[in-house]
Amino acid sequence: MNRFEVITPTDVGSASRLLAEHGRVAIAGGVDVVDLMKQDLVEPPALVNLKGLKELQGIELRPDGTLRIGALVKLAEVAELPLIREKYTALAQAAGEAATPQIRNLGTVGGNLLQRPRCWYFRNPDVHCLKKGGDKCYAIGGLNRYHSILGGGPSYIVHPSNLAPALVALGASVRIVKFADTAILATAQTELVALDKFFTLPTVDAKRENTLGAGEIITEVIVPPPAPGTCSVYLEAREKQSFDWPLVSVAVVLSPAAPGKPVRDARIVMGAVAPIPWRSPEAEAALKGAPLDEARARAAAEAALANAQPMSDNAYKVVIAKVIVRRAILKAGGIQVETA
Amino acid sequence: MSRRVTLTLGFEGNTRDVTVVIPDDEPTPWQWGERFALVGQPTPRVDGALKATGAARYTYDVQLPGMLYGAILRSPIPHARVRSVDLSAAERLAGVRAATTIDSGEVRFAGQEIAAVAATTPDIAADALKLIKVDYEPLPFVVDLEAAMADSAPSVFARGPNLGKPKSSTVGDPDGAFAKAAATIEATYTSPVQTHVSLETHGAVASWDGDELTVWCSTQGVYAVRDDLAVYFSLPPDQVRVIAEFIGGGFGSKFGASPEIITAARLAKAAGAPVKLMLPRAAEHLATGNRPSAVQRVKLGVDSTGALVAIDLKQHGSGGIGGGSGSSGPFRSVYRCPNIRLEERNVYTNAGPSSPMRAPGWPQGCFALELAMDEMARKAGIDRLEFRRRNNDNPVRAAEYEIGARNFGWAAKSAAPKQQGPLRRGIGVASALWHAVGNSGPEAQVIAHRDGRVELRIGTQDIGTGTRTILAMVAAEELGVPLSTVASEIGDTHYLYSVPSGGSGTAPSNTPAVRQAAANLRDKIFRLAAPTLGAEPGDLEARDGQIRVRVNPSRAMAFADVCKRIPGDSISAQGERIANYEGFRNDQSGCQFAEVEVDTETGIVRVVNLVALHDAGVIIDPLTARSQVNGGIIMGIGFALFEDRRMDPALGVMMNPTMDDYKLPGSLDVPEISVTFVEVANGISNTGVMGLGEAAHVASAAAVACAVSDAIGRPARDLPLTPDRVLAAMERPA
Repeated sequence: MNRFEVITPTDVGSASRLLAEHGRVAIAGGVDVVDLMKQDLVEPPALVNLKGLKELQGIELRPDGTLRIGALVKLAEVAELPLIREKYTALAQAAGEAATPQIRNLGTVGGNLLQRPRCWYFRNPDVHCLKKGGDKCYAIGGLNRYHSILGGGPSYIVHPSNLAPALVALGASVRIVKFADTAILATAQTELVALDKFFTLPTVDAKRENTLGAGEIITEVIVPPPAPGTCSVYLEAREKQSFDWPLVSVAVVLSPAAPGKPVRDARIVMGAVAPIPWRSPEAEAALKGAPLDEARARAAAEAALANAQPMSDNAYKVVIAKVIVRRAILKAGGIQVETA
Repeated sequence: MSRRVTLTLGFEGNTRDVTVVIPDDEPTPWQWGERFALVGQPTPRVDGALKATGAARYTYDVQLPGMLYGAILRSPIPHARVRSVDLSAAERLAGVRAATTIDSGEVRFAGQEIAAVAATTPDIAADALKLIKVDYEPLPFVVDLEAAMADSAPSVFARGPNLGKPKSSTVGDPDGAFAKAAATIEATYTSPVQTHVSLETHGAVASWDGDELTVWCSTQGVYAVRDDLAVYFSLPPDQVRVIAEFIGGGFGSKFGASPEIITAARLAKAAGAPVKLMLPRAAEHLATGNRPSAVQRVKLGVDSTGALVAIDLKQHGSGGIGGGSGSSGPFRSVYRCPNIRLEERNVYTNAGPSSPMRAPGWPQGCFALELAMDEMARKAGIDRLEFRRRNNDNPVRAAEYEIGARNFGWAAKSAAPKQQGPLRRGIGVASALWHAVGNSGPEAQVIAHRDGRVELRIGTQDIGTGTRTILAMVAAEELGVPLSTVASEIGDTHYLYSVPSGGSGTAPSNTPAVRQAAANLRDKIFRLAAPTLGAEPGDLEARDGQIRVRVNPSRAMAFADVCKRIPGDSISAQGERIANYEGFRNDQSGCQFAEVEVDTETGIVRVVNLVALHDAGVIIDPLTARSQVNGGIIMGIGFALFEDRRMDPALGVMMNPTMDDYKLPGSLDVPEISVTFVEVANGISNTGVMGLGEAAHVASAAAVACAVSDAIGRPARDLPLTPDRVLAAMERPA
């Protein structure tokens, strides 16, 4: 780990200006950043400590019906808050399934969205892969049992966030703030970016997973109110039940979710299968316009994975993804499924 | 002088008299039906609070004035000649006090030690490693087991082929027996390299005072480390002191002065200051040992009564640049079979060296044997437990099968209708065997102080099993005093010799020495008390904190009051562990029943329930004994379901040397565990205690794999049983 200083700004404007300087990295929960520093994968001369920023705190239901979650809110809080559990079930479930109780008590919403991939080639300091400016994705022809089955190339990482699929499925946006330094006053540029535009494929830039630029800070996540009768579910499959990353995850939002009624709207977003949270319009189309049943759920799951291109060791992820997608759809639709 | 005594030995419903000759100063071995005050009582560990509060001092916690921090540079490439190592830039870095190369010949695996530094802070040491320039001449390498066996494979060692010579043995006439067998099965079973993952990594703190070296280290054998260091530095052994107060696990990987211990001592000598060198987690996975992989082709045959008539094992496996991959132990001794052929071969690969790991060779051998037993039973149309009963001639295990079947509900679970949904339950049973009888060699000293405190000292160490607790219990039992008055002092070569903690030998080797020492001390206490009690020393007994006349217990003195008559400050006595007696049996059996639930659509396995039956002679402390069984089972679940050292064949490096990617069972992956001990008075030593660490682990992975196979209706022959493997197994014809 390199030597570094920690700077603790008291307002988001200063934080943004501090972060605009080359190589500086923000720290909130520190779960991923410290890991990356220990492996020399990032070597920031300074960490900008966001923990004290008031603008990034708190959860509230705003008068316009939208839910605002500050970027510094801990995963444990998202998992436990009754409001989120009832109306944004998939989000609470995604937060509750992440990591361990200790990490959920430290890890933040912003950090969960911005964490770097778990790919073991990327995380190995001795391997200079495409994501680190090298010329090769070692997952090709290498050990790729945990790599992407959709949307891969030229890098085949999977996006590691639990919250991202749930938030994309719920139609959430992130508020990104950047302060331009003027002679007298700092002027804030704030932008609301839909999460499904925020994450970017390796074809855009193999070294990044999103559009966040230098000096930019996610201050909050905005989730629109669910339509009446909406139900959402997050499911994941893991090798281990304690402290493991999902092999496949999925968030499903259905409305209305009442058995027998035709599905008006469906959102299906998979995690851990692609370099970004992978929304499946094909699966959504397969569900819309008719009442939900087992056969429709199965057809939607097939559609979700129809374009899958597994690598040498991960065809099993396609099998598991179909199962998880089908089960999540049925659960969201109130149809009982037997699962572990 | 010696005496002849007849002992009643055995277990519930099966005892016999055995006559043995024992030396005069040796207490009579504990027999069947022995009545104890403390032994056998569930007793919390005497050092539990120290561990829970963090007060227990592990090597990691040792801080000495002026102490430097050491770090090791490791080869990032799997096979190379080292042309040169340039330490000059590292040596010039402010804060660096010593730098040295570590000559281990050619680099043969990624992770091999190249050089080391000591600096005033861990950060400076890490920076200094980056300044070391190594000129490698890369050589062709091979990390894959099967690829290494090809004629064209790069040679790991110049001296010979990667495929070692076969080690073979044959009993009876296997070919003839297979030809006449009523039914046979043949299948191949594979298991991966598993690493030890001791929670405390390897390492040491070394400090020189002139020509005297003191080393604190995380080790399974303080005396073994002392002797290695004495040889390495050409010192008389009494000028080397090795201390291991608390140890965060070893599992077979922490014997002797390993490279990091020697390096810490070398750096300390060069720097003229104490050096702490603890390995980072990745190095622990790469370089400190592992359980070799195994590919086992097994053939079994039975006659028309379901008796095993022939066993054939052809095995190969890789411990990287180390050997010891053999797995034949269970095949030759768990079940009765007149015709057995065994062949084992080591395959060398450019990967970190193997080291002994918790019952070396047995968990993987047991896995293959027990899966094959299941396949054989199904083919012969016999219930799987009944098939094992028929081929077992160990009376202790026979009893364990019955108790286990009852506790587990084998019959009811076997008769339950198959589920229709995606979740399927399955059950399995596997048998263990071990020989943790212990060794002669240890010497103990027990001291009574004037204030009534008792101290026992012995140069053993507690690798996490509860050694301090059981030794104190044995001394307290013999002296008739409360456990709270006895302190166990261990983990230091300033105490009398003991053996390394391996082969499950700690309890069976040390308890008899402590008991003999305590008995000798008790006799001295009797002599102190006799005049006051108006009795002969031989007429006294030590019970309930008192020394009293055996035929008239009201004539008594408190143990503490007798201690007040000690003329000096203390009196002490020694005891030694003498060679084993004939005893009742010199083996221990055990069996484990597992129930799993498999999601047959995703291939994800959950272990629901594990019932373990074990015997380990006299159980001193059921609490610490049960903890060892829990640990053995959990490690077995890791081996069965999760753990795998994953090597990239093109890079030749391990891709998962972290606690994140190297998957160990967590709390949610641990099932309900029920442990029952069958107590055996075996009279093999004066305590008849046997070790449990390995016996508890041998059968766990096998039982889980058998249960998974039962759940999916097809044999699951390849560990670890990750979802991809389970799904693949389900593709096979039933």
